[in-house]
Amino acid sequence: MTLDPVTPDPVTTVTVTPAPLTTGTMTPGTTGTGAVPTGAVPTGAVPTGAVAPDAVSCHGLRYSFGRTRAVDGVDLTVASGEVFGLLGPNGAGKTTAIRCLTTLLPVPPGTVRVFGHDAARERMAVRRMIGYVPQQLSADSSLTGRENVALFARLFDVRRRERAERVALALEAVGLANAADRMVGTYSGGMIRRLELAQALVSAPRLLMLDEPTIGLDPIARTGVWEHITAIRAATGMTVLVTTHYMDEADQYCDRVALMHAGRVQALDTPERLKAALRDRRGDDAAPTLEDVFRDVVGGDLDASEEGGDFRDVRRTRRTASRLG
Amino acid sequence: MSVAPAGRPPASAESAAALGLAPLLTTPRARPGWLVLPARVGAMCLVELQKLRHDRTELYTRAVQPALWLLIFGETFTRIRAIPTGGVPYLDYLAPGIIAQSAMFIAIFYGIMIIWERDSGVLTKLLVTPTPRAALVTGKAFAAGVKSLMQAAVVLVLATLLGVSLTWNPLRLLGVAAAVLLASAFFSCLSMSIAGIVLTRDRLMGVGQAITMPLFFGSNALYPVDVMPDWLRVVSAVNPLSYQVDALRGLLLGTPSHLLLDFLVLLAAAAAGITAASCLLGRLAR
Repeated sequence: MTLDPVTPDPVTTVTVTPAPLTTGTMTPGTTGTGAVPTGAVPTGAVPTGAVAPDAVSCHGLRYSFGRTRAVDGVDLTVASGEVFGLLGPNGAGKTTAIRCLTTLLPVPPGTVRVFGHDAARERMAVRRMIGYVPQQLSADSSLTGRENVALFARLFDVRRRERAERVALALEAVGLANAADRMVGTYSGGMIRRLELAQALVSAPRLLMLDEPTIGLDPIARTGVWEHITAIRAATGMTVLVTTHYMDEADQYCDRVALMHAGRVQALDTPERLKAALRDRRGDDAAPTLEDVFRDVVGGDLDASEEGGDFRDVRRTRRTASRLG
Repeated sequence: MSVAPAGRPPASAESAAALGLAPLLTTPRARPGWLVLPARVGAMCLVELQKLRHDRTELYTRAVQPALWLLIFGETFTRIRAIPTGGVPYLDYLAPGIIAQSAMFIAIFYGIMIIWERDSGVLTKLLVTPTPRAALVTGKAFAAGVKSLMQAAVVLVLATLLGVSLTWNPLRLLGVAAAVLLASAFFSCLSMSIAGIVLTRDRLMGVGQAITMPLFFGSNALYPVDVMPDWLRVVSAVNPLSYQVDALRGLLLGTPSHLLLDFLVLLAAAAAGITAASCLLGRLAR
C-alpha cells in the first residue's frame, strides 16, 4: 500500500487493501469542490507512459426536476481504485447525482466522464464499465439467484462458454454459492443485497456504483455487505462509488468522502482530514465524528431545512426497508 | 462507443487469483451491433420462460376465461345459429377469435409489470446495462409474446378437446405462432406506452380495462365484419386484433383470408408499438 508522504494521518480506515490504493493528497483543511487527488497513484498501477483516467470526473453537474434543483453544480473526481463515499441526508441529491453518472438521467455533453468516456455521447461504453446497484431491491424475486445473475451476464454480452463459470464465481464471491438455486423470494435482506452485488460483478465492471447499499439492513447484515464490498475491491482493484447516509460506515470504509447538502458538495476529503480539520478549528481535544463534521459544514441549515426528501423519496426508502425487514 | 476499456492495474491480478476471481477480471467484449437485438430478445424471453417454469399458476387461472367463452358462449351460439359464419360451425369460427383475445388480454396488461419493475428497481438496473432502449422494449415485447404463445397453446388444446377441428399442419401452426407473437408485441407495447404516460399501476389498470373490451368487441373475433354497422367496421379496420383473427382463421380453419395483408399490418403495428414504447420508456426511467 502506497501512502503519500505528506499525509498527516497515516492511519487509513481501510483494513485490507492489497490492491493499489490512491489516497487523496489535498492539504489539510481544504474543503470544497473540484478537489483532484494528485501524485499518489502508485507507479505499478499504471502502464508506463499512460495516464490512468479518473474513474469519474464531473464538472458543473446540474439536474432539476421541474423547479426543484436536485443537483446544483457538483464538481468531483473519483480516482481509479478508491472507495469514494457520497454522503448526505435524504434529499441531498445523492441519488440524482448517481443517476446522472449511470446515464439514467440525461446530462449535457462534457459534464460527466467515466474513465474518460463522456456519459452523454458514449452511453453504451460507459454502461459497460459500471456495475450499478440501485437503492431499491432490484433482484427479481420470482427467479432463482443464479437466474438473476445469469440474466445480467447475458445483458452484458458474457459469451455462452464462460457464462456458467462467471455466474458461479460471482455468486461464490458474495457467499451465495449454496443458496444459488433457491428462489430469491426466500432470501433475507442481506442475501438479496449480496445477490445484487453478484449481479453487478458478473460483467467485471471497473466502477461499482452502490446507492445506499445498507439501507434498511440490520447491523450484522450491514457489516456483511461491507465486508464483501471491501474484499471484492481488494481482489479486483475496482473503483467503488457509494452513497450512504450512515456517517459511521463512510468513516470506516471510504478512502474519501464528499459531503452533499442541498444539491451541492459542501466538503470533500479523507474522513481523517475532515475530522482533523474540524478538531483544529474547534481547538479542543474531543475527537469529532464524521457526523460532527457534517453538522459543522452544513451549519444550522440541516435542522432548519424542510427539504429532507420528498414523499417519493421517503416512500421508496420505507418500501425498501419493509421488503428487507 | 466501441473503445475498449483500458486494462486493470496488473497488481490486482494476483490478489484476484488468490480469491479465485480471475475470470471475473476481464470485461466481456461487446457484441457486433446487429447481434445485440437478438441477444437481448433471447435473454428477456428466457427469463419469461424461467418464471413460467417456477410458477404455472397464472397459466392455469388464465385458461378459465377462454374456456368459459368457448364452452358457454360458443356452445350456445352454435345452437342459435344467429351469426353467419360461412358454413363453419360457430364454435370453430369462435376458437381463433378466443385465441387472439386471450393472448391480447395477457399483453395488454404487460405494462403493469413494467411499472412494477420500475417501482422495484429492476427497470433502473436494466436501463444501465449496455442495452439500447429499443432493444429493451423489443425484448420485453417478445417476452410478453412468449407468455401469450403459451396461452394460445392452452386454448388450442381446449378447443381441440371441445371438438373443434383445427389444423395440425406444422407450417400453419408456425404461422399461427408468428401472428400471436407479432400481435402480442403490439399490444404489450401499447400497454408499455400507456404505462409511460400514466406512470401508476392503478391508472394503467383503469385504462387497460377501458380499452380491452372495445378492442375485443370492435373486432371480428366474435362475428364477421359484414354484420357490423358501418361505424364499427371502421373501428375493426384500424384494429390490429381483426387482422390477427383473420390470419388465425385462415391458418387454423382454412377459411378465406388475407394472409399477406394481415401479416403486413401486424408487422407494421408491432414496429410502431416498439417505437412508441421506446420513446416513452424514458419517462419511466426518471
